[in-house]
Amino acid sequence: MTPSGLVRLALGVALASLIGSNALAAQTNVAVAANFTDAAKEIAAAFKQKTGHDVVLSFGSSGQLYNQISQDAPFQIMLSADDERPKKLVQDGLGVQGSTFTYAIGKLVLWSKSPDVVKGDATLKDSKFAKLSIANPTAAPYGAAAIETLKALKIYETLEPKIVQGNSIAQAFQFIDTGNAELGFIALSQLAGNTSGSRWLVPQELYTPIRQDAVLLKKGASNEAATGFMTFLKGPEARAIIEKFGYASGGQS
Amino acid sequence: MESLPADIWQPVRLTIELAAITTVILLFVGTPIAWWLARSKAWWKEAVAALVAMPLVLPPTVLGFYLLVLLGPNGPGGQIASLWGARTLAFTFEGLVIASVLYSMPFVVQPIRNAFAAIGDRPLEVAATLRASPRRAFWTVAVPLARPGFLTGAVLGFAHTVGEFGVVLMIGGNIPGETKVLSVAIYDYVETSQWREANILAAGMLVFAFAVILTMTLIEKRVARVGA
Repeated sequence: MTPSGLVRLALGVALASLIGSNALAAQTNVAVAANFTDAAKEIAAAFKQKTGHDVVLSFGSSGQLYNQISQDAPFQIMLSADDERPKKLVQDGLGVQGSTFTYAIGKLVLWSKSPDVVKGDATLKDSKFAKLSIANPTAAPYGAAAIETLKALKIYETLEPKIVQGNSIAQAFQFIDTGNAELGFIALSQLAGNTSGSRWLVPQELYTPIRQDAVLLKKGASNEAATGFMTFLKGPEARAIIEKFGYASGGQS
Repeated sequence: MESLPADIWQPVRLTIELAAITTVILLFVGTPIAWWLARSKAWWKEAVAALVAMPLVLPPTVLGFYLLVLLGPNGPGGQIASLWGARTLAFTFEGLVIASVLYSMPFVVQPIRNAFAAIGDRPLEVAATLRASPRRAFWTVAVPLARPGFLTGAVLGFAHTVGEFGVVLMIGGNIPGETKVLSVAIYDYVETSQWREANILAAGMLVFAFAVILTMTLIEKRVARVGA
């Protein structure tokens, strides 16, 4: 056998083993709203352990992810932070009809890194702070819920000049975490396992429930890792993780 | 046709303000640095030059990350801000000016340094024999001869500040009229699917970038002709 023939053989074997392993363990790319970052990582790890399938996660604000998907991004599932965008993706012909369901219901929390700063809505009404961090309300549902809360408390106009916007809920958290903003509205899930600072769980009647829907995209319709992950997300193991991170797990829709 | 949002031009004004202030500061701060880099015989001057040039290679996220920490309440920025009772320089126009000065510095310093270096020792020696003080020689000989370098530096510094995005996104907080500059506004419009508004601003940037590059080329050509 000539040397080049040997190389070709080696390449062939390598390729065959690659294809072979792919047939056993598939991979799926999932777009995840930033608030669900930690929970998604844990669910993906549990899914991998159970099925051997890899889940590659990409995080961003729901608005950003929606735009990328509408421009043909290689995602097979979207875990949105709202129920509007998954619906729209189905209408746009990008999502699989009937695949959407509520995987989590998010909770809004007002958080400060310092103890004794946040003491309920009185903290907002007293307004003894310079900067209030929220997520961009047009791109991130938690940002919209924050605005809704301020309006319900009738303090939006007075606090508006103090608002700083993170590009996603992750950045809203980071502004508070670095101390640049004294407090802000974030997702309760971002504080899972974190008892520091002071917080106020915003009462549900002040904002529309944040129903977070998942949608299977057409790119993933025939991928067993993608369809398997959608099923896994509804199952008891995933639900336990979702609840651990401070969400109510969704009733099916 | 839908009417445009009234505030679409606010980021444009803000960006021009930011870029103009940054350029003026950089001409003042950058000129002595460029002069020293061009004239000094110190063995460590190239280390300083490398320091100034670092934003050319660093991802904006590196600068954004450190600035977010340094401008905050636990950093020097927070201490400065506490002078007027604030707790952070992040989310402020002043914070963006600091970031832009750091970020755009190589674009101003390098052309001026090159222009100073191109003068050589001779004209300054002649000025000295004519009893011009070093200060006078600097202002009446070096600066006029280096004028194309200043022009290039100013144009590039201005343009690069206009084009800044990552750092502002990380430390700005997206505040209209304060930190929501052009690049961030475009990103915001795209992210919220307001593509018509995004298009107007983005197309404007295309024209601006083309004009800047064309201007630069014409300056260089003219300099070459004058020099010949």
